[in-house]
Amino acid sequence: MLDLRQVPDLLQGPGWQAHLPVLIVTIPLIFGVLTIATGKGWKPWAWATAVTGTVFYLALQLIQRVLASPTGMVSYELGNWPRQWGIEYRVDALNAFILLIVAGVGFVTTVYAKHSVEKEIPADRHNFFYAVWLLALCGLLGITVTGDTFNVYVLLEISSLTVYALIAMGKDRHRGALTASLRYLILGSVGASFILLGIGYLMMITGTLNMQDMHERLMSVPGILESRTVLVAFALLLVGLSMKMALFPLHMWLPRAYTYAPSAVSALLAATATKVGVYMAFRFMFTIFGVGFSFITMPTTLILASCATAGILVTGVTAIRQTNLKRLLAYSSVGQIGYIVLGFSLANVNGVAGSVAHILNHALMKGGMFMALGAIVYRLDRCDIRSVRGLGRKMPLTMAAFTVGGLGLVGFPLTAGFISKWYLVQGCLDRPHMWPLAGVVLLGSLLAVVYTWRVVEAAYFQEPDDDRPVKEAPLLMLIPMWVMIGASVFFGINATFTGKISVTAAKALLGVGP
Amino acid sequence: MTDVLGIYNYWIYVILMMIGLYGVIAKPNLIKQAIALGLFQTGIFLYYISMAVVDGGTAPIWTTIDDGAQKFQGPYDNPLPHVLILTAIVVGVSILAVALALIVNIKRSYGTIEADEIERMDHEDRLIEFRAGQAPDAADDAEAHHHA
Repeated sequence: MLDLRQVPDLLQGPGWQAHLPVLIVTIPLIFGVLTIATGKGWKPWAWATAVTGTVFYLALQLIQRVLASPTGMVSYELGNWPRQWGIEYRVDALNAFILLIVAGVGFVTTVYAKHSVEKEIPADRHNFFYAVWLLALCGLLGITVTGDTFNVYVLLEISSLTVYALIAMGKDRHRGALTASLRYLILGSVGASFILLGIGYLMMITGTLNMQDMHERLMSVPGILESRTVLVAFALLLVGLSMKMALFPLHMWLPRAYTYAPSAVSALLAATATKVGVYMAFRFMFTIFGVGFSFITMPTTLILASCATAGILVTGVTAIRQTNLKRLLAYSSVGQIGYIVLGFSLANVNGVAGSVAHILNHALMKGGMFMALGAIVYRLDRCDIRSVRGLGRKMPLTMAAFTVGGLGLVGFPLTAGFISKWYLVQGCLDRPHMWPLAGVVLLGSLLAVVYTWRVVEAAYFQEPDDDRPVKEAPLLMLIPMWVMIGASVFFGINATFTGKISVTAAKALLGVGP
Repeated sequence: MTDVLGIYNYWIYVILMMIGLYGVIAKPNLIKQAIALGLFQTGIFLYYISMAVVDGGTAPIWTTIDDGAQKFQGPYDNPLPHVLILTAIVVGVSILAVALALIVNIKRSYGTIEADEIERMDHEDRLIEFRAGQAPDAADDAEAHHHA
């Protein structure tokens, strides 16, 4: 079984591990900027791979420290300033888990990116591409470790700005990348501004920026939770975060962005960006406002569950109609975010655990599927339903990866999607009068069957337009693709690791004991 | 009355933000959208700065008195929101820079910066892409479906 305590400590120096939380952010930040100086050819890629590999190793070290810590968390005060004044990085089981996902997926997609980027981005811009790529990862990792609300905003903007640039780099293949990027920029900035404003209101009433202090003051001062300031802060944060995690109907930026972004970027974004948005929602709703306020005082369950339900069904139907496979997966991603949001809107252990587990499972499946599409683009220069006809025989490994990922989206037993949907359905049944939502989860899976089947049918049961030979994708694309898909199957068969960590995280968030 | 007028900073910040939001939604010109986005963010900066004010407060810096001793001339305003907004201003400028860079590229690729014209061209692009991506036998059905 996956025992994280067995990861060897390569650097035996004294006490350097105390600085792990901050190293995870500063290493991609500093070395990311330096990527510009690495020159041409394979060097920027090798550099980025080394950096993301290091970050992944550090994330493994960090999660083992968190699990071994008696308090269940690691706290790091930047520059030794006490948390009342300075920035505190605070990592518990939930952060460490999300951090591991982002760092792991970041590393695997970087390895994958080499051929895809060579194909899709002009050679003189590779060093800039990988520089921006590492900065985007720095922002995403930073949001995950920080325990300071304003720091969340700053890192959110670092990741957003770099992601706009990454999407726009698809402009040489399709001019739609530019408008997709600008549209995301405008919607994303409005969303981030709402978050900034919400943080401002919270700071105004609690006088602190630290998440833990905010929570303590909101809980201890009588009458504070009834004040209008807190209500406004909550509403602003809810809207801003929904925009960032692309919750239906605020998802309008996502399908175009994923469609026109370079394939490697689509894989990275689908696996990490919206997931980090969901993580922020966890932190604000559970850690700062507390379950009682977020889900009992405020009608959050009703709002989020109805948005999620509508999202699952509408995007499922829209995905069926798409011919461009990247767009199909993009709509499917909005639907999957619907499942994740539906899970935590239930505010019970099974629902939240399903949500946390689905963050990992969807990251692996959707990342792997976007990688498969990237490989198809690499060989055929396009990826629509027509071009994959008969591809099951020409690129067997790539199409097999896509199919296994699709089965995961459906929630087929023995794939990871089954585990998270199992928890979600349990969560729906645990809440009185919420059982129809379990039906929505199942209906959404049925829609996933339809849109996945269209691709599978074209790939395996239809004749290609011509007999041009197509070579299988290069090994450097196949290995990362199968690492992602293989991991999703592994976590589907052996659910102990995800199950344990997501239930632990859910119980910690809900405050119902270990 | 003083309750409403006494907090006029907050009224101004909300009005500024709403003007910005209206511009982002309603203006078809991309440059105007970028300006409106800037206005929207500036409203928030004003909010943070207003929050820092303390009645009769001064700048939170050491002042030298005649005898050479340094001391606080309190009460002073809360410096933290000022520092935060310094960061947010930098973020805002970066966003504006990226937005303008994108708009320049859009002008080069589309030949216009009017959102409705770009939208029309994007729609045509999508239709071409949709038709090219269809399997041939399904193409005729979808054509009929599209016109209906």
